Amino acid sequence: MISLRKTVFGLVVSAMGLSTLSAAHAAEEVNVYSLRQPFLIEPMFKRFTEETGIRVNTLFSQSGLVERIKHEGRNTPADLLLTVDIGRIQDAVDADIAQPIESPVLDANIPDQFRDENKLWVGMTTRARVLYTSLDRVEPDAITTYEELADPKWKGRICVRSAMHVYNIALIASMIAHHGEEETKTWLTAVKDNLARKPQGADTDQIEAVAQGVCDVAIGNSYYYGKMLDDPNKADAAKQVRIVFPNQGDRGTHVNISGVALMKHAPNKENAIKLVEFLSSAEAQHMYADINFEYPVKPGVAWSEQVRAWGTFVHDDLPLNTVAANRGAAIRLIDEVGFNE
Amino acid sequence: MNNACQTPKEEDIRPAAMTETFDPMRSPSGRTAMRWLPRGQSAVWLIGAFIVAAMVAAPIVAVAWIAFFPTENIWPHLASTMLPRYLKNTGILMLGVGIGVTLIGVSSAWVVTMCRLPGKRFFEWAMLLPMAVPAYIVAYVYTDLLEYAGPLQGMLRDIFGWQSAADYWFPDIRTKGGAIIVLSLTLYPYVYMLARAAFLSQSICAIEAARILGRSAWSSFLTVALPLARPAIVVGVVIALMETLNDFGTIDFFAVHTLTAGIFNVWLGMGNAGGAAQIALTMLAVVIALMVIERYSRRRQRFHDTTSRFQELPGYELTPLAKAGALAVCILPIVLGFVVPSLVLIYYSIGYFDQSWTADFFEFAGNSLLVSGLATLVAVGCAIFMAYALRLFPQPLLKFFVRLSSVGYAVPGAVLAIGVLIPFARFDNALDALMRDTFGVSTGLLLSGTVFALVFAYAVRFMAVSYGSIEAALGKVRPSMDDAARTLGASPWGTLKRIHFPMVRGGILAASVLVFVDGMKELPATLILRPFNFDTLATHVYQFAKDEMIEHAALGALTIVLVGVVPVIMLSRAISKSRPGHSGQS
Repeated sequence: MISLRKTVFGLVVSAMGLSTLSAAHAAEEVNVYSLRQPFLIEPMFKRFTEETGIRVNTLFSQSGLVERIKHEGRNTPADLLLTVDIGRIQDAVDADIAQPIESPVLDANIPDQFRDENKLWVGMTTRARVLYTSLDRVEPDAITTYEELADPKWKGRICVRSAMHVYNIALIASMIAHHGEEETKTWLTAVKDNLARKPQGADTDQIEAVAQGVCDVAIGNSYYYGKMLDDPNKADAAKQVRIVFPNQGDRGTHVNISGVALMKHAPNKENAIKLVEFLSSAEAQHMYADINFEYPVKPGVAWSEQVRAWGTFVHDDLPLNTVAANRGAAIRLIDEVGFNE
Repeated sequence: MNNACQTPKEEDIRPAAMTETFDPMRSPSGRTAMRWLPRGQSAVWLIGAFIVAAMVAAPIVAVAWIAFFPTENIWPHLASTMLPRYLKNTGILMLGVGIGVTLIGVSSAWVVTMCRLPGKRFFEWAMLLPMAVPAYIVAYVYTDLLEYAGPLQGMLRDIFGWQSAADYWFPDIRTKGGAIIVLSLTLYPYVYMLARAAFLSQSICAIEAARILGRSAWSSFLTVALPLARPAIVVGVVIALMETLNDFGTIDFFAVHTLTAGIFNVWLGMGNAGGAAQIALTMLAVVIALMVIERYSRRRQRFHDTTSRFQELPGYELTPLAKAGALAVCILPIVLGFVVPSLVLIYYSIGYFDQSWTADFFEFAGNSLLVSGLATLVAVGCAIFMAYALRLFPQPLLKFFVRLSSVGYAVPGAVLAIGVLIPFARFDNALDALMRDTFGVSTGLLLSGTVFALVFAYAVRFMAVSYGSIEAALGKVRPSMDDAARTLGASPWGTLKRIHFPMVRGGILAASVLVFVDGMKELPATLILRPFNFDTLATHVYQFAKDEMIEHAALGALTIVLVGVVPVIMLSRAISKSRPGHSGQS
């Protein structure tokens, strides 16, 4: 019924019989606004529907969803908002469109670092922001920290996507949290001076650029490497780089989350919580790991074989809320340094 | 018709269209009073036009409203950091694309219309083909072909024995230059189409008069034909530049930091929608200023045809060298803007056919056709209504509203989508609150998140294209025609139906095709405003293209192109036939 109401004829239908509207919610469903591409999450949703009979409606867009929910107000159909990083989920919290998720299941499944203390968001998976170095041209231990990216020996040898991308903003925000703005600005300026080319493309492009000899060191998220190794067209390029988890000797590698928030006016709140609980279950967490090469947040869930081969690593314990709080400062620095030009 | 030029009557002696014609709309006669206080059917036109224009302008107003509520003032930061770069890049990009589309569009329109060329009938419509390919897909395809791992560089490495990218220099397409080339190749058809329609509708007598009076072919083109076609060419260039300003896909892919990139950095990076809206409005102000300057510069000119005599176009004979040049002018843009991208898409489509040819595919295609088709009806209908009402009542306030309603094109689609979102959500929530209070029943969101909202957004986005073509066509009809019809007792509606429709059929068709093809390609507003589980071909292609996996969605991309090609061909036929005095056989 709800899909019928969502058509041009909605006006006519509701005018003819307002009483039918109460039946609109009869079908069990949950509505997800997603900043993640649908094909990455659909396998999990499909499984959820098979197990519970609850239908998952999705709407994917990379921009404008927070605004849409805000303006739709108390009548929004959105139950959940899915994001690919901590920053966007903080935007939702700041826009006051989220409500706490009360669930003992989530409390048990997800470690504290990946949950908001006010329960306004939870992480579903983690991804490490790692370095990729050329097997031929870079010695295994030539670079072991983010800080070393500023070393003049890398002049003209580093590739990275636009610093304004959320993954880089979060990384720079974590640098600010550890070193302060002043020092981070010096670091960022030095990294910019070391770039082999103007920041462009996605993370995958940076790995390919290393394989092609455009640069020797690339910055990227961990799961892209897994996806490339899995793709016959890109595996050759991926095999020419090694994955390096930075800062293993001190604070650990910067990680970000893909997360979810429950909307304040969620019309199907119970189903929404069921879906989030399912996504945190061993079964769904294993699917995340297996299909997308991400790290499960639930402890004890097996990583994909591919990911296991990269070895274990220490991750930075910096609270993600602190990362989110430093985003504004990070963006200021990026503009001041003119990193993307 | 052969001797039409040889027996000039008094009115033909003056250059046909640039004379100051008597304009009854501006006459201070007693009839003016009736125009300002219309009764009966006339009132419907005036009030209706205000309502339509206000509705179409509402999203722009909503964007302006958001601009009052930034989370912080972005300007001190921007001014001291990126703003100069944004401005410089935007300026270079617009200048480059402006020159590119004018050169390609006008020169090809001229040789195709006026010269005897082999394959002329083919070029007439084929020049429009690149319009059907979304710019970001062209950008992707060329990156694929020209990047390090692509076939061209691979071949060069094999030939010269280079080992890696460090061994040789190769031009980088992901630059401002690359963006200018890609955008020029996909946007020149707007200029071509409008310039050709203008050349076709010119009375050849004016040009022949210039030749008889001693002008060379080149000089008569520059001093007579080009100035006569100026309003149409300007509309085309303005559309192309607005499209350049609202483009995010190409400039993002090529890492060109324009003001549009700035909008998204401020909005998505800093979470400051208000600040982003302020930049968008600043851009709009620049666009409006440009349009005003252009109009002001030809304020004393009128461009009605004052003769109804037309003869077959001459078909200039060219020297072999000139013919080769003319052919290159036509062939290169088609090959680079259409043939190459299509071949690459076909190649991928074959490779991934089994994955792509699914039931979903037909659903996406159906959705694309549905939304684009409805949007075309709405956008063209509203444009005709507003243009004609403005012709009936050239009031400053109405003029302002109508102009405001067509500047949405220069705003990035995602920003405009937020502008559409706000009035719809307000209306829905207000109605819902009312119904709850009075009847205790919730109506929820009736319009937000429906196909209706989507169609409205498309219509608003593409109103400039639709209105521009129709206004240009209507402007060519002499006001004395209206006066004659009205004097003979026809109502405004009757005049529109029996006099204007037949005369501006070409313009209406052009508007329809432009909106439809733009609709098939529309992406950012669709993403934000669509209902649940609703994909068009463009959104389907995007979710793969975004991560450079366009192979998986090449069939969808190819379909966008093919569906766009059919109306483009139909349109070109119609434009050829729309030439006054056309015998239907040339």
